[in-house]
Amino acid sequence: MTVQLQLKEISIQLSGNTIVNNINLQLQPGEIGCLLGHSGCGKTTLLRAIAGFEQPTTGEILLRGKQVASIKKMLPPERRNVGMVFQDLALFPHLTIGDNIAFGMRGKSKQEVTTRIQTLLELIGLPHLKNKHPHQLSGGQQQRIALARAMAPRPDLLLLDEPFSSQDTERREQLAREVGQILREDNCTAMLVTHDQHEAFAMADHIGVINNGKLMQWDTPYNLYHCPNSREVADFIGQGVMVKGTVLETDKLKTEFGVVSGEFSQPLPAGTEVDLLVRPDDIIHDDNSDNFGTVTEKAFRGAEYLYTLHLPGDTDVLCIAPSHHNHKIGEQIGIKLELDHLVIFQRTA
Amino acid sequence: MQSSIASNTTTTAKLKFSIRRPSGWTLAAACVALIIATPILTILGFLFYPSTDTWQHLADTVLTDYISNSLLLMLGVAVGAGSIGICTAWLTSMYNFPGRQLFVWSLLLPLAMPAYIIAFTYTGMFEVAGPVQEWIREAFNLRYGEYWFPEIRSLGGAITMLSLVLYPYVYLLARAAFLDQSTCALEASRTLGCGPWRSLFFVALPLARPAIVTGLSLALMETLADYGTVQYFGVSTFTTGIFRTWFGLDDSVAAAQLSGLLMTFVFVLILLERWSRQQARFHHATNSYRTLPNIKLPPLMGWLATIACLLPLFFGFLLPIGQLTQWAVMTFSEMVDSSFYALALNSFLLAGTAAVLTLIPALILSYGSRNHATPLSRFLVRLSGMGYAIPGTVIAIGILIPFGALDNSIDAWMLEHFDTGTGLIFSGTIFILLFAYMARFFTVSLNTIESGLGKIRLSMDEAAKTMGYSGIAVLRHIHLPIMKGSILTALIIVFVDVLKELPATLVLRPFNFNTLAVRAFELASDERLADSSTAAIAIVLVSIIPVILLSRTIAHSRPGQPQ
Repeated sequence: MTVQLQLKEISIQLSGNTIVNNINLQLQPGEIGCLLGHSGCGKTTLLRAIAGFEQPTTGEILLRGKQVASIKKMLPPERRNVGMVFQDLALFPHLTIGDNIAFGMRGKSKQEVTTRIQTLLELIGLPHLKNKHPHQLSGGQQQRIALARAMAPRPDLLLLDEPFSSQDTERREQLAREVGQILREDNCTAMLVTHDQHEAFAMADHIGVINNGKLMQWDTPYNLYHCPNSREVADFIGQGVMVKGTVLETDKLKTEFGVVSGEFSQPLPAGTEVDLLVRPDDIIHDDNSDNFGTVTEKAFRGAEYLYTLHLPGDTDVLCIAPSHHNHKIGEQIGIKLELDHLVIFQRTA
Repeated sequence: MQSSIASNTTTTAKLKFSIRRPSGWTLAAACVALIIATPILTILGFLFYPSTDTWQHLADTVLTDYISNSLLLMLGVAVGAGSIGICTAWLTSMYNFPGRQLFVWSLLLPLAMPAYIIAFTYTGMFEVAGPVQEWIREAFNLRYGEYWFPEIRSLGGAITMLSLVLYPYVYLLARAAFLDQSTCALEASRTLGCGPWRSLFFVALPLARPAIVTGLSLALMETLADYGTVQYFGVSTFTTGIFRTWFGLDDSVAAAQLSGLLMTFVFVLILLERWSRQQARFHHATNSYRTLPNIKLPPLMGWLATIACLLPLFFGFLLPIGQLTQWAVMTFSEMVDSSFYALALNSFLLAGTAAVLTLIPALILSYGSRNHATPLSRFLVRLSGMGYAIPGTVIAIGILIPFGALDNSIDAWMLEHFDTGTGLIFSGTIFILLFAYMARFFTVSLNTIESGLGKIRLSMDEAAKTMGYSGIAVLRHIHLPIMKGSILTALIIVFVDVLKELPATLVLRPFNFNTLAVRAFELASDERLADSSTAAIAIVLVSIIPVILLSRTIAHSRPGQPQ
């Protein structure tokens, strides 16, 4: 099978600043990828380069095996067969919903266009809005129309630039899941750009964490969370703290919680000073444990409490406990570590 | 689709494609802005020119008159237009009374009445030989001099005339500010123990102050720019002084310097306007909007409010248009002949050409600054945009001087090298008249185009491109349909402004070239008031069109309501 999108050693400079730095990645047909990072990290610039609005300074971009951009070549966006959903949606105010969706389907028969519009409107769950104008729709409806418009010409690749940023925070994850479903039903290959990891997790098959223009890790959501390959990725994805430790032997670590054993994320010789990544779900509340932490903060989250615990060795860790384990601030509670894979990073002086 | 991607027609890296607009746009925009700003720059330059004997003569004799009369005129109009504008705005936005819906838009109608036209209409009605004084003499059996009657041709008269036609600026902005306030701020003040009157003076008015100041400064710019009214009433102000110095004393340097002094007054107003617009941002009290309650007034109070709104409408529009109509009916058969139609056609052609010519640089400049707005280009746009605040007289002087110099040097060069002179190429032609209109009304066009273009976000262009549309196709399918309303509006407003324009046309028109405005003013100046009415009424009727456009825009843009 041909790779749908391939980036080879892409760097982009804008007015002398390197915005995107030597990025390699690829997307298979039907896959949904995501570029995740803080604002200004270069993810949107990379997306715009794929669309054809920016030119790479080095490297090449291939769509279905055909080169569309390199240092020497620059196929304009209108000739790339790439769809894009914009941050501000960019629906055309002077056209009806139907005409907005039909806009990209020039040269198709009228029958074909009508059928495609109806199919898409049903797919996004808004079958009766064809003759309305964009300003008559709610934000969430406009969102889906923008998606349908971009999907209508069956692009080889659909790009989504922070498409949920104008929506309420509570609704974003839900929308992302719905959009992911819609794209999969239409067998559409897509690349999402966002700063919100919940959106990314809800939608993407592969996520690339971008920091300062560099791709830190291109991986599945599960691996990004459980096997981050750098401190930056570990910091950025999920909640967690670093606990100090010393390597005893190939699968044993001495920490404040006593000796923990498990498979190391990287082989390090005995005696190395390391930081161990501990997620809130790695710390189990256990009244029979010999290790204690003092509750300094607690946040009620319905089914569970998220406790911040102060350890005797002067470290703060997070711990999730079922909400019937209601402890007061200042109380000492027993905890134990439950880890079989140890994510460790060598500590530098 | 695949084949289109693989096709060999790819753009090379050297040929940057159209999304990155070449800096040529910016360069073109800078050139356009500089050309349009020529008159302003010329006048500014003369402020640093050594003054002549004439200047000393002016300073010794009439300059104090010019300054004091101009200042008194401004003060009077500020009080007059300010109080009418604020009162009518407050009544129509807060209360419900008979005719309110009608007043909301009809209070704008005096905007269609050029000040010089209302001036000679009122003169016809209220001068000694006019119908009003005649009726007084007959009714009370008095003779001239035995009763007191205000002299219409005076500073006070000019203040009244200008206030009557300029109050809509204050009304418009004050009303928008009152509507913008939302009832929450007022209700908060009520719960804190302020009665309705205290709420008006301590909450509503202070909140609307920036808008009121903006409206007043616009009205005062028009006041300073006025030539027809003060000339007709014999009040010596800057504009009449510039005319006298240029034509009477034949001293272009002194006239330019007088213009420069007038321009510094205008600059103060521009700064005041800018500053108060900035203040207005901080006065936006709340985001949660609730429409004003529209308190229904008890019958007696209601009818008083009706009368309060009817008075400015009556004296600012209905009465003068009535008088003009009566005169026009009287003189119709005599005045409206083939030469009148030729005159009207001439005016319309001139105004139409000017409107189109003004639109082109406005399009270049707004598209040029759409992507690449540098501080320099923004400054140039502002500079070229000041023309609207600069009196037509000043623009005219600022154009005559550089083009006169250009003509003379071309003539001299030709004489020296080819032994034949060219005479005056530009001066006294339709070309510099059109250029003056462009310099003066460019802002109007630019603002309208920019607000239209503001509706087209860059992402819309990009969306169309990702859907297979080239640059030209994007212009045709996205820009043209969205922009056509704005383009039409820009054309109409400039058309009407040119049709009404008097002083620059008087100075710059070619020999034997006439417009409706000049004809009306000339006839009125020759005391043929009734004869001037047909031309005047044609101007007023056409001027109503942009007022209607304006009131429609306002009706469609209420805060807190979906657009």
